[in-house]
Amino acid sequence: MQLAKKLGSKKPNREKVNVKLALTVAATALLGAPCFVNAAETSALNAWSFDTAVLYYAEVDRVTATEAMLGASKTFDDGSVLSLKFTLDVLTGTSPNGAVAQPTTQTFTRPSGNGEYQTPANKTPIYDGFRDRRVQFNGQWTQPLAANYTVSGGVHISKEYDYLSLGVNGSLAYEFNNKNSTFSIGSSYFKDTYNPVGGIPKPLTVMITGSGDEDVDDPTRLGKDDTKSSADIMFGVTQVINRRLIMAFNYSYAKVGGYLNDPYKRLSRVNANGEAVDYVYESRPDSREKQSVFTQAKYNLGGALLKNTMLNNTVLDISYRYMWDDWQINSHTIDSRFYIPIGINSYLEPHFRVYQQSAAKFYQPFLNEPDSLPTYASADLRIGEMTAYTLGLKYGTFVNGGDELSFRLEYYTQRLTNAGFNEPGILSRQALYESVNAIIAQVTYSF
Amino acid sequence: MKIKLKRLLLVPLIVSVTGCANLGVEPWERDLLAKKEMALTSSPIDATFDDHIYFSKEASSGGKGFGGGGCGCN
Repeated sequence: MQLAKKLGSKKPNREKVNVKLALTVAATALLGAPCFVNAAETSALNAWSFDTAVLYYAEVDRVTATEAMLGASKTFDDGSVLSLKFTLDVLTGTSPNGAVAQPTTQTFTRPSGNGEYQTPANKTPIYDGFRDRRVQFNGQWTQPLAANYTVSGGVHISKEYDYLSLGVNGSLAYEFNNKNSTFSIGSSYFKDTYNPVGGIPKPLTVMITGSGDEDVDDPTRLGKDDTKSSADIMFGVTQVINRRLIMAFNYSYAKVGGYLNDPYKRLSRVNANGEAVDYVYESRPDSREKQSVFTQAKYNLGGALLKNTMLNNTVLDISYRYMWDDWQINSHTIDSRFYIPIGINSYLEPHFRVYQQSAAKFYQPFLNEPDSLPTYASADLRIGEMTAYTLGLKYGTFVNGGDELSFRLEYYTQRLTNAGFNEPGILSRQALYESVNAIIAQVTYSF
Repeated sequence: MKIKLKRLLLVPLIVSVTGCANLGVEPWERDLLAKKEMALTSSPIDATFDDHIYFSKEASSGGKGFGGGGCGCN
């Protein structure tokens, strides 16, 4: 934020050059290459481009996240492109623990096993000690091969307090039909390690309260950590339709395996009157197969009708994604943006997104106590039935001879709905599907 | 219904692959397509942030790009 403000102000150009120069030196050093700044200053400054951004995400009474990103890219003489990206996240706040609200105070053991916390009557149980930091690095190399062929490969490293994610990706693109058509195939593989506070809970075991001790012999724990792997493959076609319209079509298949639970989520077991008897840790299958089709159109409005109007050269960006998986989650996503130039130096970009998903087949807001335990159950609202809307506006302006400064403000709301579950006794008077409302604010400076 | 929808969505893909020879522009007609705002991902930073937010709040990810791992938020 400070950096963006600094660069966006009317400071002497020399300061901006120095910042860019410093970042250039840093990026070059990361590559292990010598950097003779004085001799190469001019060419280096022309070759590297940088994106800096800060995002603030805040849910009402829930999670707050601040995310800073620095991206650097360089295009080489042969057309190769190197992109580096660093991200830092700080998350704080509260997160629902999966249990249902009750007309009485509820007591839960902390994830570490040490200590307890209480949820007041008629409130959704949340874990209020949520705090995490994440650092992420992405590197991508894109290289033209023979005529009309381009290959790309990348690495991904992300580390937070209880999670490590390592990934690689590769893709090949072929342009044909006078470069109006592109066919691409890509694949990625991620290996993640979960090391949750207090260890890996044993699925569907009853949470122990009042023990106050954490040790490896805890019968509700399976071990210290577990792993998850994700393999994706994607086929894509892009097609220039005419001077104003380009379209894209993708098909994706993903196979995820390993530890897919959220170790911090529980389910309430309730009696016939809806009163919580105890709490068990969630249990999800250890594999998931996802598929999706995606299509996007970008259309430049214009022509005689719109000439000399504000809408001339407005670009419509509309996409649709349909996803389905073997957890029986289906989702529809419509995303739309409208790039509206204002004068020659600025633009406005309204954004509207609608997302709708069905519940996973094992999603349950709670378990009924007399029934035997199912093999799989989760009360995580993120795999429940929902409709979400995003409404946003971005303003961008070009300063200092081509640098871009932009501000984005969005409102995101998730409307969670009952996927057909009866709510016995006292649960009929509790809010089991509270909406999530969030504000997203972002400042970006590219130079 | 679901199968029909999937087939319906595959139609533009097939049409695009088989019929693309009749579509497109000449190199000197790319003035508008060459603009940054006409790139399929015209704001990569925004796209990265959005992917992270929706990945951590919803059950779907990817589609436009890879939707693999990345964080313990989901």
